[in-house]
Amino acid sequence: MTTLYTTDHEWLRIEGDVATIGVTDYAQSQLGDVVFVELPKVGRSLKKAEAAAVVESVKAASDVYAPITGEVLEVNDALAAEPALVNSDAGGKAWFFKLKIADKSELGGLMDETAYAKHTA
Amino acid sequence: MMLARETETALKTTPLHALHSASGGKMVPFAGYDMPVQFAPGVLREHLHTRNSAGLFDVSHMGQLELRAKSGRIEDAALALERLVPQDILAVAPGRQRYAQFTNEAGGILDDLMVANLGSHLFLVVNAACKAEDEAHLRSHLSDSCIIEPLADRALMALQGPSAESVLARLCPEISAMRFMDTGPRRIDGVDCFVSRSGYTGEDGFEISVPAEQAEALAKTLLANGDVLPIGLGARDSLRLEAGLCLYGHDIDTTTTPVEGALEWSVQKSRRQGGARAGGFPGADRILAQFEKGASRRRVGLRPEGRAPVREGAPLFADEVSSEPIGQVTSGGFGPSLNAPVAMGYLPVSLAAAGSLVFAELRGARLPLRVAATPFVPNTYKR
Repeated sequence: MTTLYTTDHEWLRIEGDVATIGVTDYAQSQLGDVVFVELPKVGRSLKKAEAAAVVESVKAASDVYAPITGEVLEVNDALAAEPALVNSDAGGKAWFFKLKIADKSELGGLMDETAYAKHTA
Repeated sequence: MMLARETETALKTTPLHALHSASGGKMVPFAGYDMPVQFAPGVLREHLHTRNSAGLFDVSHMGQLELRAKSGRIEDAALALERLVPQDILAVAPGRQRYAQFTNEAGGILDDLMVANLGSHLFLVVNAACKAEDEAHLRSHLSDSCIIEPLADRALMALQGPSAESVLARLCPEISAMRFMDTGPRRIDGVDCFVSRSGYTGEDGFEISVPAEQAEALAKTLLANGDVLPIGLGARDSLRLEAGLCLYGHDIDTTTTPVEGALEWSVQKSRRQGGARAGGFPGADRILAQFEKGASRRRVGLRPEGRAPVREGAPLFADEVSSEPIGQVTSGGFGPSLNAPVAMGYLPVSLAAAGSLVFAELRGARLPLRVAATPFVPNTYKR
C-alpha cells in the first residue's frame, strides 16, 4: 500500500487498482472547523483535476479535485453525519471517496510523503 | 483542494496588533487592517465560548468620531446630524446611544453607525471600510455648524457574552447599573474609557473605547480572567449573522433603503411622515414613500433546509425550475449555536413572510430554504 499526495493537499492510498482519496491534515488545519462535506455520486466518472467534492468550513467552501481519472466506486457516508471527522482524522476515518484507477501512469505525477512534507514546510 | 493564498499589501495595524500575534491570532487583511480572523481554538469554539462565557474582540479598525456644535449646544449637533440620518438624534438622552444610517439622495445607505450622547457632544462609531468617506461626508455637510474630530488615537474593544458583566464589573463596579445602549465615560482599572452596553453578537456585552497606549494593558487584564478568550473576525461574523444583524456592504449598501433592509424599527416616528421633524435627510422622499406604500423587496432571514451552507451571492428562485432569480443571498454561512446553516437575503415582499419556501442555486442544484424570523438565536440584551 502506497500513499501519494497532490500539490492541492489531497492524499491517495493506492491498493491494487483502487485509490482511496481524502484531504491532508495540513489542509484541514488551514480550513478550520469543517461543517459540511458534499461527495460525488457513486458511479460518476471523474477526469483528473475535475471538481469532485466540496468541503465547507465555518469560514468558506473549498473544492476537492479528482487527483486522477477514474470511476467513483464508493463514498464515505460517515462524513455527511459527522463532517468534523475531517478535522479529527483527515488521513484516516475522514476519507472522501474511492476511485477505480483508469490510468496508472497518472500516479507518476504525484508526490510521496517526503516530497509533500517539503511542499507544506 | 485550493487553499486561499495571502497577499502582501501595506496594511494598517490596531493598537492590539502585537497582542494578537503573541496570542496566536491568524492574521488576515480586513478593511485595510491586519486583523485576527481566528485564534487557536478556531471559529466554532470561539463562537460558542462567546455565547457561553465571554469573548474579547478588537474592533479598533472601526472609526470613532466626535461631533461638536460650534454653538456649544449638543442640541445643535443633534439637529445637524439629523440632516444626514433618518433617526431622531435630538431624542437621544445624555448617556444613551442609538443605531443610525447615513443615507444618500436615492434613499440608499452610505454606512450604518452608532450615535452616542456624551453630554457635551455626540460620539459616533462607524464602519472601518467607510470611515474616510463618512468623515468627508460629515465635513462637507456639517462643517458650517459643527466641529468633526476623528479619534485616531483610541482603540475600541468589545467584551461580549453572559460573563461580560461580571468580568468588567471587577474592574469597574458601576457598569452593572448600565442598561442596553447606555453609554458614557467610565474608569476601568484606572483607565479613562467610554463604555457602552452594546455589541454585535446578540449577547449582552460592552464596547470600550480606550486610549491607544493603554489598550494592550487593559486587553491583557481582561484576558487574564479565565472566562475570557480573544475572538477573531470569523466568529464575529457568525455571531452577528445568528443575531440577524446587518453587515454593511453585504446586507445593506448604497442600493438598499432602510425600509428594504427591514430597518424600519430604527427610524423613529418623529422623522416619518406626520412627525415633528419629518424628512429633511438625504433620500427622504423615497424612504418616507416606502413607509407609506411599502417597498418591492425586503431583507429576510433564511434557514436552508439541508446541511449545506448557502453563502453570499447565491441567487434565489421561487421554485426548482424557473430561470429568473427573484433575489440573492447577502450573508450566509454556518451558525454554530444553531448547529445549522443560516443566511440573509433579499426577496420580493410577496415571498418575505416567515415560512415562505424559496430555492438557492448552489453548484448546479436548487436547495430549499425557509424564510425565518430574525434573530435566529434570541438576543440576551439587558434592557
